[in-house]
Amino acid sequence: MSNVLLDQVSRWFGNVVAVNDVTMHLGPGVTGLLGPNGAGKSTLISMMAGFLAPSAGTVTLDGRPLHRDPEIYREVGLVPEREEMYDALSGWEFVLANAKLHLLPDADAAARRAIATVEMTDVQDRDIRTYSKGMRQRIKMATGIVHDPTVLLLDEPFNGMDPRQRLHLMDLLHQLGDEGRTILFSSHILEEVEQIAGRIEVMVAGRHAASGDFREIRRLMTQRPHQYTLHSSDDRALASAVIAEPSTSGVELVGDGRGGSAVQVAATDYAAFVHALPRVAARHGIRLFEVRPADESLESVFAYLVAR
Amino acid sequence: MNATVASLTRRSLLGRRRTIVLLLLPLALLALCTLARILAGLDPNIARELDHTLAPNLLGAFGIAVLMPLLSLIAGTGSIGPEIDEGSIVYLLAKPLNRYSIVVTKLLVAVGVVVAFGVIPIAVAGVVLTGEVGAVTVGHMLGALAGGTAYAAVFLLLAVLTKNAVVLGLIYALIWESLVGGLVPGAQTLSVQQWSTAVVEKVLGTSAPALGVQSAVGFPLGITLLVVVTVAATAYAGRRLQTVRIGESD
Repeated sequence: MSNVLLDQVSRWFGNVVAVNDVTMHLGPGVTGLLGPNGAGKSTLISMMAGFLAPSAGTVTLDGRPLHRDPEIYREVGLVPEREEMYDALSGWEFVLANAKLHLLPDADAAARRAIATVEMTDVQDRDIRTYSKGMRQRIKMATGIVHDPTVLLLDEPFNGMDPRQRLHLMDLLHQLGDEGRTILFSSHILEEVEQIAGRIEVMVAGRHAASGDFREIRRLMTQRPHQYTLHSSDDRALASAVIAEPSTSGVELVGDGRGGSAVQVAATDYAAFVHALPRVAARHGIRLFEVRPADESLESVFAYLVAR
Repeated sequence: MNATVASLTRRSLLGRRRTIVLLLLPLALLALCTLARILAGLDPNIARELDHTLAPNLLGAFGIAVLMPLLSLIAGTGSIGPEIDEGSIVYLLAKPLNRYSIVVTKLLVAVGVVVAFGVIPIAVAGVVLTGEVGAVTVGHMLGALAGGTAYAAVFLLLAVLTKNAVVLGLIYALIWESLVGGLVPGAQTLSVQQWSTAVVEKVLGTSAPALGVQSAVGFPLGITLLVVVTVAATAYAGRRLQTVRIGESD
């Protein structure tokens, strides 16, 4: 049973703060590290993998600092995001080399077992350069588990996988987590994370934005105020009618940039709001020309969590 | 020293295409020397020249000054640079291995390549030119080995420090050693080429001036600098390998 603890960890590169005051505890089971690209997920994983020292704070594995201690790799496994491996080697040679680099007493058996776990035995003798993206991902996975680590860190492991490979990796992570290992994987897709992770840590713009099981995270994300921009035959009348609805928390009349006006609405309960809006308009004899949800990108969803 | 690191390094360093490029330089040296030898058989004037300064000139100007820096540049940067650029270095670093032993292993592989494609061809060229395993041959062989090792260590460090290692290495070898070193006497003190030549000069002993071999630095200083630079570059490269960023730059 291994525990990774990040205590008030920050990491900056020159003027750029990649990770900002993050405190996080990873225990046995599968944890998903969720956040948009550029949120600092890879930097965080680099620190947990002992490749980077935090600029402030501490990162420890069962109380031991992780940086500058190669001995931690007997317990920690890493599956990097980047595709490049030693392409001139076969899958078998590469996994075997990794087993030997781990100084395992029986490297052959360990490599055979890891390759079987990721179901690559049939194609293990082909050169890595001939592998598909999914096969590469699985061989990378095999190198990460060849030494039977208690902590496994995976950087965007689902990138480029087809649905079947995705399911297979999900099963595998589940199984490894159920065995009591501490598994952390990063992703920028909520659906991906909520299907496997018992626990989700959300990173946004270098900050630890939220933490909890997927129900809590999903609730945080769907219950935030939704912004809508409305165009209608009478924006002012619509604005006054809409604010009377309990599902809204704010209304603003704005220019639409084309000389006309528009109504911006903040809805606290979006299901109720989209239900009520056409009735309100009909009741006041207002014609709706356009109802547009504003900026529903992942970044804005995450940004709400940070501002909260 | 780690056998698996060595084998991975050797396999990525000696890909088919790079081996061909690596072979071009020593082949050019050998072709040149063989040509000189054949011409000497035809013309007694060249034969007289060959006995004296042509052999040390060719071995020095082409072998020590051109072949060794270029070869060491390819071998030194190639032994670690591509892995760092691609990110596959994490497969070596996420292992319970001492960082210094990784760097030393890679340096030894690079030096092995330098010996195979540089030092041995220079020795063969020396034998072809002089017809014997004499001081000229041995001197240039040892000079090339000492210089090549220092070059490889410096270029390996350069590859750890920057993605532009090959360009910077070329600038050092071409601009600094050849141009600045040729014009500014003080700059020659900081030139691996001059340190190697000091080794050659030492082996040749009293016959060095007559053969036109002269280094800007004395042997004690030259050999000291070779050792210090090799050790310091290797140690610093090991230190720098303790911190890397994985993944895309975010």
